[in-house]
Amino acid sequence: MIELSENVIKGQSRAVARAISWIENDHEMKESLIDQIYPYCGKAVVWGITGPPGSGKSSLVDHLIFRMRAVGKKVAVIAVDPSSPFSGGAILGDRIRMQKHATDEGVFIRSMASRGHLGGVSGATSDAIKVLDAAGYDLILIETIGVGQTEIEVMELSDVVLLVLVPGLGDEIQALKAGVMEIGDVFVVNKSDRDDADKVRAEVKYILEFKEQNGNYIENPVVMTSAKLNEGIDQLLKDTENYLHNINLKGQLEARRKLRILNEINRIISGKIEEELKTFITQKEKLDNWIEKIYQKKCSPYSFVNENFKTFLKEYKKP
Amino acid sequence: MAKKIRILIAKPGLDGHDRGAKYIARALKDAGYEVIYTGIRQSPQAICKSAIQEDVDFVGLSLLSGAHNELFPEVVSLIRKEGGDNIIIFGGGVIPNDDISYLKKKGIEAIFTPGTPIKDVINFIEANKSRISH
Ligand SMILES: Nc1nc2c(ncn2[C@@H]2O[C@H](COP(=O)(O)OP(=O)(O)OP(=O)(O)O)[C@@H](O)[C@H]2O)c(=O)[nH]1
Ligand SMILES: [Mg+2]
Repeated sequence: MIELSENVIKGQSRAVARAISWIENDHEMKESLIDQIYPYCGKAVVWGITGPPGSGKSSLVDHLIFRMRAVGKKVAVIAVDPSSPFSGGAILGDRIRMQKHATDEGVFIRSMASRGHLGGVSGATSDAIKVLDAAGYDLILIETIGVGQTEIEVMELSDVVLLVLVPGLGDEIQALKAGVMEIGDVFVVNKSDRDDADKVRAEVKYILEFKEQNGNYIENPVVMTSAKLNEGIDQLLKDTENYLHNINLKGQLEARRKLRILNEINRIISGKIEEELKTFITQKEKLDNWIEKIYQKKCSPYSFVNENFKTFLKEYKKP
Repeated sequence: MAKKIRILIAKPGLDGHDRGAKYIARALKDAGYEVIYTGIRQSPQAICKSAIQEDVDFVGLSLLSGAHNELFPEVVSLIRKEGGDNIIIFGGGVIPNDDISYLKKKGIEAIFTPGTPIKDVINFIEANKSRISH
């Protein structure tokens, strides 16, 4: 076993940190690392926390860490923030609200930028979860800003998703209805210390009435919190744990986890085929030359791909 | 895939002004780096743990007034003790010339005083990035 895997399993935070870097940088030993730690995974529960910018996700995470530490659980956080599409850089600032826990040995916080990952940030997050799980963290909290497809994919890695809404979103709640509302399991109306929080709660309940209700339907909790006043957090914990308990009883948790494995296999397969195919095609002729041919209308994009894909399937042998 | 350079920008000490630190953080983001920002009034212990968990390549310490001669070296020695041997540490703030050579001896590799063009910071990072470990 490589040394890093051993140290991850021992729960050494420096090793955990380095392992996540290996994942982010697509290190050549990454797959061996995951292979070796995988048997030690399976104990952690993963909560996703998403919602519009500034809704109080990190502040809530901070409170959740306190509660979980009080009952002796080890907690890890992965906070995903968007990268700049222009420079590729990022400012990762979620830690600011959680720094009280920085020196607590039972807490591990890692910030991750959303761009520049092979297999997308969901691929990287999925492997980072394995590292944290194998290292012995009981609860893994994943924070994303709930807007795009990328973030939804990250949320699909969790056992339960907390969708954080706030008063004053205006029409945004309408927009949220379309995609993001569907991924929420527990609905949190944060900033309940503000006016109109009740209105948001009513609106959420109203929207939820339209959800498909088959025999296996488990009611989605709607919880009012104020991270500022430290109110409603115990209720949030109770409702979330209760929800997890119920989906577990009905076999939905297992189904969810298996679906995740299916998605993961698909992601790895497409990634590998893509990589091999690209190398194969560009070995024969430079991609630039192909582009030139298509540009000159000597072949169409489809005929280019089909031709090459056929020879790829015929001639390809793994070196 | 090229490795992204990760930089922790941290503010030790008691002063509550983080305009400078935020400015640096934004400029480094615009230069294409991943910047982790921890907010004001961080203890050397918290800075050290954050640097380790985030597995950063560089730590930039910002302090407007006061205890840089105590706090900066303390961060360096904590990080080294925790196994962050290759993390490159620099500092910024209102720091008298006399203190700069002392801090350099203590492992703060560069000091940027107010008014330093951001280009200098980027040049420093680019000049040293071959030393980072993986
Ligand atoms: N009034 C009020 N303010 C809150 C509450 N929770 C968080 N805030 C404030 O809202 C702002 C954003 O809080 P964060 O916890 O950083 O929100 P976030 O959703 O993590 O933000 P991003 O990660 O940037 O999307 C901060 O100024 C908090 O102090 C709350 O319950 N009530
Ligand atoms: Mg946040």
